[in-house]
Amino acid sequence: MAFKQKHLLGIQPLSASEITTILDTAESLAEISSREVKKVPILRGKTIINLFYEPSTRTRSSFELAAKRLSADISNFSKQSSSVSKGETLKDTILNLEAMNTDAIIIRHAFAGSPYFISTFCSSHIINAGDGSHEHPTQALLDAFTIKQRKKKFSGLKIVIAGDILHSRVARSNVLLLKKLGAEVILVGPPPLLPPYFSKLGAKIDYNLDHAIKGADVIMMLRIQLERQDKTFFPSLREYRHLYSLTKERFQNAKKDAIIMHPGPINRDVEISTDLADSTESVILQQVENGVAVRMAVLYLLLGGKEHEIAD
Amino acid sequence: MEEKIKAKIMDSGKIKRAFNRITNEITERNRDLNNLVIIGIRTRGVFIAKRISQLIEKFEGIEVPIGILDITLYRDDFSERKEKHIVKQTKIDFSITDKDVLLVDDVLFTGRTIRAAMDSIIDLGRPKTIQLLVFIDRGHRELPIKPDYIGKSLPTSRREKVRVKLKDIDKKDEVIIIEPAGMK
Repeated sequence: MAFKQKHLLGIQPLSASEITTILDTAESLAEISSREVKKVPILRGKTIINLFYEPSTRTRSSFELAAKRLSADISNFSKQSSSVSKGETLKDTILNLEAMNTDAIIIRHAFAGSPYFISTFCSSHIINAGDGSHEHPTQALLDAFTIKQRKKKFSGLKIVIAGDILHSRVARSNVLLLKKLGAEVILVGPPPLLPPYFSKLGAKIDYNLDHAIKGADVIMMLRIQLERQDKTFFPSLREYRHLYSLTKERFQNAKKDAIIMHPGPINRDVEISTDLADSTESVILQQVENGVAVRMAVLYLLLGGKEHEIAD
Repeated sequence: MEEKIKAKIMDSGKIKRAFNRITNEITERNRDLNNLVIIGIRTRGVFIAKRISQLIEKFEGIEVPIGILDITLYRDDFSERKEKHIVKQTKIDFSITDKDVLLVDDVLFTGRTIRAAMDSIIDLGRPKTIQLLVFIDRGHRELPIKPDYIGKSLPTSRREKVRVKLKDIDKKDEVIIIEPAGMK
């Protein structure tokens, strides 16, 4: 088995075999969440900080539950309720938290590269829970886990990721990961939200959703980040919906057994129609469920089971 | 590190007779075999559990359910190995509460694996009893743990290793003692 990373800063530094190790470990750990006593002792005594500079419901509580199910102690900090609002720098905040003997820091920050920056002076394990428009590795891992659950493999799959690609760290991490595992990835969106340089990541670019969706195995819709639309990227929400919303009619052109994914939170009837979001083809809630197992796997592989082996 | 085989302790005939004897001990002691469940500790314990279950069915006509236990998440001991442990799935598809649980492992050494396994089982429910079956008891206990059923007791030195090979995964049945090369 190969997993020698100290941090999880992104998908980019991971090898295909390390990704597979995380997914396999998650598969083994998933069973714990269905037990009556949802807890195992492997991370007993480890201290983890959940440091969120941006709002989040899924990711933060998913990491928190993952840590608790492995018996670690976890403490939550958000921007509003901490000294950050008093003007403390990121570096000072981290050094102060680390002075309390933390073992891992999970960070979400609006600035791309901030997890890497922290890792240069910090001795705790750093886990990127989303940095600006850069990466969101655990989201890509749980997406891959969900795809593997349904499709059993990655090579030969046609995966369409559609929506606001420009602002999406989820899209970046997913393209990197899915290419490493051998899938074909097609990015779809209006030209202002889909710059051509994305093809450098190995993805194909298509501005026409109806065209791209033909024969797709997986369709991943991204949220229109209304909070980041201070510049005008498309003429109107109505036009966007007309061209890029996933509707029943559009979905019919995908493969028969195609699945629909969305990292959440969804804007119902903007990027995806309500009936599709709640349909049996939708695996949106499985993604959330799998998030806990995948994050348990990441925490275990980074923090758990030191260099030990039982004597036989 | 290179290893060499120091001695072959059991061949397939001896192993077969040991399995038969242990099975008889189990059926003698557990009057209500319908309340018995077998849990094998990954990896070899699972194969031993399967063989015991087959023999109980052959002798008594009762099918005893088998569960698989991975104790990685309950470990406490350390060694020279540099790689992190692979977690494999624990797969116990039945309730163990109020059951007579027969815990099965291949080699009993320090007893720490069994401690971890018992902690894990107790997190899954409250069994009526836990009994321990080991194929080889090689001594050097570090915890107060004593098996109920033993295939063979085998005095060993600490640095030696005992391998239980089973035809289901290792192509043949045998028990051997291995010692690191260059040691006397």
